[in-house]
Amino acid sequence: MVAEKNISIEQIRSQFPILSRKVNNQPLVYFDNGATTQKPKSVLDAIQKYYSEINANIHRGVHTLSQEATDAYEHSRKTIADFINVEHAHEIIFTRGTTESINLVASCFGKRYVNAGDEILVTEMEHHSNIVPWQLMCDERGAKLKVIPVDDNGELILSELKNLLTAKTKLLTLTHVSNTLGTVNDVKEIISLAHKNGTAVLIDGAQAIAHTEVDVQDLDCDFYCFSGHKMYGPTGIGILYGKEKFLNEFSPYQSGGGMIKEVSFEQTTFTTLPYKFEAGTPNIEGGIVLGAAVEWMKNIGMNNISAHENELLQYAIQQLKTIDGIRIIGEAKHHASAVSFLIRNIHPYDVGVILDKLGIAVRTGHHCNQPLMKRFNIPGTVRASFAVYNTMEEVDKLIAGVKQAKKMLS
Amino acid sequence: MMNTIAEVEEQIIEEFELFEDWMDKYQHLIDMGKSLPLIETQFKNDDYIVKGCQSQVWLKGDYANGKIHFTCDSDAIITKGMIAVLLRVLNDRTPEEIINAKLEFIDKINLKEHLTPIRANGLVSMLSKIKTYALAYNK
Repeated sequence: MVAEKNISIEQIRSQFPILSRKVNNQPLVYFDNGATTQKPKSVLDAIQKYYSEINANIHRGVHTLSQEATDAYEHSRKTIADFINVEHAHEIIFTRGTTESINLVASCFGKRYVNAGDEILVTEMEHHSNIVPWQLMCDERGAKLKVIPVDDNGELILSELKNLLTAKTKLLTLTHVSNTLGTVNDVKEIISLAHKNGTAVLIDGAQAIAHTEVDVQDLDCDFYCFSGHKMYGPTGIGILYGKEKFLNEFSPYQSGGGMIKEVSFEQTTFTTLPYKFEAGTPNIEGGIVLGAAVEWMKNIGMNNISAHENELLQYAIQQLKTIDGIRIIGEAKHHASAVSFLIRNIHPYDVGVILDKLGIAVRTGHHCNQPLMKRFNIPGTVRASFAVYNTMEEVDKLIAGVKQAKKMLS
Repeated sequence: MMNTIAEVEEQIIEEFELFEDWMDKYQHLIDMGKSLPLIETQFKNDDYIVKGCQSQVWLKGDYANGKIHFTCDSDAIITKGMIAVLLRVLNDRTPEEIINAKLEFIDKINLKEHLTPIRANGLVSMLSKIKTYALAYNK
């Protein structure tokens, strides 16, 4: 019970106004954190503060407000840089979210390094947003998409990786934590294998960043992507970390104001990192407030967050297994943040509707993982995903709800 | 003589008013799903599928004696219940009746949440397919 010693869940819960509301006349039990987390008061206050006190466009004006907004935005970049331990703060690019970060790399990396006959490696457990951008790029460049398969427990079959990494493999892209299965991939080992082969690696960290400590230098990944709204921050803001050497070699992704050095009708030159990849007025509020969300998580401590969530997860799995007819989808040795399950042949959608009536928010469906659903030959799953503010009592409510749903739907 | 759409809607509203508890209401919906006029297995294919993001629906309309008879199925039981409610009103009607049906009763029995486009159950697409059948046969 490490978590209970260091943090008070009740005190944490009191910082989230939304957690005191009712849904369908029941106290809200929010287990859809893998889709988006709720926001603490310090984050909500930071949004309010930005618009009431320092709202101005950044990097342009000489006036005080513009200076203050610019300072806050760059301070946030530094906070995030420290949070994932990057070497240079300018390796942190603000994007709209993980999806845009991946699209940026797929497009820029493709144009710079990928030629006909080359290969890009993905895994069978990737979210659609870490499949489709690569598929489109491969089509454009005449390259081939290859897939690392998943075993029955929901783990990557690493013996296959060794065969799939060839002289043609330009980049390997994979998720740190599976959004559906909760599998924690051994990314450090995989990155090392890929690098030995001269293959660059992108890590989709959307489902990891709020649950576990991330040190990009220790991992040695070339790119790491995540979204603000899945880490107690606002929507519409995300991060691309990229090693300086790659980002410098890339051509700009989008163009416009803020990313140029000099423009003439004959020729335009571009500014330095990170601004080269931040064309136009960015999501200033989102960027600043994401810094506040990171501060909030650091204040609680990533170790405390992981420990508490792990207790919730282990308890939920153990309790689910006591229900006759339950099938857990994904039982990897290293498992974090989410559990997927099915009850006999009951459709996940039906379970989701009944749980919603009980005030319990879970995610049902294919979770943007259609190839993975095909692999397990299921229409979808019911997924409960956890955050630091969830409690054991809420897990009990989920279990009671699942039993109720089973009774009604059998 | 068959009841009018308005009359059937009124019947359903009265029926659902009996339930004070959501659980009883949903149990009734689930039971209604079990009496759905099922599509023949041979037609449960891609030609008749209405894809939702989560649950899917198969729907077939056959025109005879000026009316359309629908058969269907879904992989989710609550979706089946919703189809059963809708078909109790819309099945074996003339194309004109179907085209003019407003279906406001769904709101009155508090099941409208299942008929908003963000719901991933394929019901909204199914309704527009029903209307498409009606338009096609409305000669």
